[in-house]
Amino acid sequence: MRRFYQLALGAFLLISASASFAVTPDEMLSDPKLEMRARTIAAQLRCLVCQNQSIDDSDASLARDLRLLVREKLNEGLSDAQVLDYIHARYGDFVLLRPPVKLGTFLLWASPALALIGGGGAVWWSLRRRRTGLAATVTLTEEERRQLSALGANSWIQDRPPSTD
Amino acid sequence: MIVELGHFALALALALAFAQSVIPFIGARLNDVALMRVARPSAITQFLLVALSYSALTYAHIVSDFSVVNVIENSHSMKPFIYKISGVWGNHEGSMLLWVLVLAFCGALVALFSATMSDKLRADALSVQGLISAAFLLFILLTSNPFARLSPAPWEGRDLNPILQDPGLAIHPPLLYFGYVGFSIVFSFAAAALISGRIDAAWARVVRPWTLLAWIALTLGIAMGSYWAYYTLGWGGFWFWDPVENASLMPWLAGTALLHSAAVMEKREALKIWTLFLSILAFSLSLLGTFLVRSGVLTSVHSFASDPERGVFILAILIFFIGGALALFAIRAGALPVGGLFAPISREGALVINNLLLSVICATVVVGTLYPLALEAMTGEKISVGAPFFNGVLMPIALPLALLMPIGQMLPWKRGDLSAALMRLQAAFLIGVMALAVFFASYGAPYLSVITASIAIYLIVGGLSDLFQRITFRLNDQRAILKRLSNVPLSAIGASIAHAGVGVTLLGLAATGWGVESVIAMAPLKAYDVGPYQLMIEEITPRQGPNYSEIYAQMSIHKQGVMLGRIEPAKRFYQTRKMARSEAGILTIGLGQIYAAIGESHPDGTLDARLYYKPLVTLIWIGALIMALGGACSLADRRLRIGVARRSIALRGREAAT
Repeated sequence: MRRFYQLALGAFLLISASASFAVTPDEMLSDPKLEMRARTIAAQLRCLVCQNQSIDDSDASLARDLRLLVREKLNEGLSDAQVLDYIHARYGDFVLLRPPVKLGTFLLWASPALALIGGGGAVWWSLRRRRTGLAATVTLTEEERRQLSALGANSWIQDRPPSTD
Repeated sequence: MIVELGHFALALALALAFAQSVIPFIGARLNDVALMRVARPSAITQFLLVALSYSALTYAHIVSDFSVVNVIENSHSMKPFIYKISGVWGNHEGSMLLWVLVLAFCGALVALFSATMSDKLRADALSVQGLISAAFLLFILLTSNPFARLSPAPWEGRDLNPILQDPGLAIHPPLLYFGYVGFSIVFSFAAAALISGRIDAAWARVVRPWTLLAWIALTLGIAMGSYWAYYTLGWGGFWFWDPVENASLMPWLAGTALLHSAAVMEKREALKIWTLFLSILAFSLSLLGTFLVRSGVLTSVHSFASDPERGVFILAILIFFIGGALALFAIRAGALPVGGLFAPISREGALVINNLLLSVICATVVVGTLYPLALEAMTGEKISVGAPFFNGVLMPIALPLALLMPIGQMLPWKRGDLSAALMRLQAAFLIGVMALAVFFASYGAPYLSVITASIAIYLIVGGLSDLFQRITFRLNDQRAILKRLSNVPLSAIGASIAHAGVGVTLLGLAATGWGVESVIAMAPLKAYDVGPYQLMIEEITPRQGPNYSEIYAQMSIHKQGVMLGRIEPAKRFYQTRKMARSEAGILTIGLGQIYAAIGESHPDGTLDARLYYKPLVTLIWIGALIMALGGACSLADRRLRIGVARRSIALRGREAAT
């Protein structure tokens, strides 16, 4: 059992040495401001081999390479936008967690506005239709009005239109 | 033998589900009460059969029957007992079986608690419910048989994915499924209403408790999943806008909208058609979520295309039910009677805006989740839609919604006075502005956190204001408070509580901007600052668990020389799957948490660690618990209770008189 345990521990150390976790201290920049910028940029870049993880969160070695690349570029004095552009140019749209606005993504970016305009329009239209439609149905003839008031239903006519069911 | 019995029970359940979907439906068309009443016993029996089948699979997992493929692939003789039980749903086949179990359970609930319902409505609803059951049972039996055997049986299983070996997994999926599938009842009732062409306030009163029940379960399920991700994935994130998470958020958003529109329909007979549409939508989005998670389409559009059997089957189910319901809706909705009138400034008007904004959020999540898949399928172009997109786009919609929530609560039905409603919110506005000043002075940046946190405070105070004012309005005698409180309808109390819960969650979310993170190589016995606290590694030790080995660091947490507690972040290695997993060390201090995860150790004795101080972070989940509590409160309202629909009219009359 003890031997098994030692073996397991050995395997554990071997694995944990290869699978490092997310950002590690040794890759961080000494300038805290620059490092902060690097972290912000890393949160916007996708780890290409992972499922929906940013390179800042990922254990994959490819993510680590990208993190180092971001820091290298920042050290060279590039601005945040320039670093993102550089990586975008090298790895394509897939690397950006915030997709670029272009023809193919236009509908995506427009979807909240379209939904708001479409939904708002539908609400406005149905309220209007309801009001005019109901106004038409509550128009009673003089005879009906007299009959109803005889029944003491004056307030009812004003408040609530007769429903059709 | 027991395993085969389980398999056989499942096949019987399928046959029964078909009978349940056909016989009562024909009965309802022929007005034959005897045929209609087949629905109840068959729904109950179907549940018992699926439960039997599910127990058989659980039994195979517990006794580690390695002649069953499902057990080989997901279990191990050394796996702790609780994970042998929860591991049943920690895989595709088992989780689909759980899905159907919950579905059958919901059907049985309808059958048992529908005494006051008309035979026809019950028969139609249960026959739709039976059809859904039949589709998914067929799916399991044809494509995802959990009872498949393997001969010769291996000596040992391949163990469950280590990430799933966690108490969180024991609670999260059943809750989530209850939420997903709970909406199937609402869906079935909507279909029944469309088939018979009758829909009224009594229908809304029948449907609302089921909506609430599903919504509560989904709220808790999502919160549980989020907390699980927070402590298992090792970097303290709690929501990643992952498609799998979005899959649960979409029906939640639609369900939240439904909850509100059903309230309008019940009180005022307005928004009938919209409520029907949302009833269909909520379950449709649950189905869409199931498709996304279960078809493998998310991993890659190509892998989906190369092994399409399961995916195409679920897609067919999806199209059949969503398409069928929407077609029925399109044919019938126009003929439904229009409901009551209301002015734009009124409770109804506010709830319409609430529904509009929730729908926009929901639509955005749906589009954002499906867009990359659609784009890749059509043009081959690959894009990523991640957290920066969702946060950036949804924030400008969600914050105004939060601002409007308390105002809506203050507006009366039919016709309201906006300035009067705003006057009643004076205290909330004032406290919100004060909070703004306090947060700004004590934290400063980031501004977004300061603003969001102030809105959260306004939301909490505003949410509770209505309740507070109802109780204390012209109050002369302090002793009358309890009497007043007992007179406020429970659904109104529930709404106040749930709205305040949203505020609490929002405050927790806002506070993430004030967190402190430190990624360092820690030397033992040396104190490191994390926010106002100091962390020190006392020792690093290996340890052997039942089916893993781990290295853990014992850390002590101090503040100004006083020790507050110890945590043991660890890195685990699971031998069978050769997978490592980090186990975070978490200490809750007040409402905040200290969170530590460890990584690699170095020859010089230092250990890589990620240390976080997360102020108010627990509020994110506490808020969800409060929301669920509010929902439970509403559910307890006797007017909404299943079976007392009729009496409520008399009750409401009495209420109006007081």
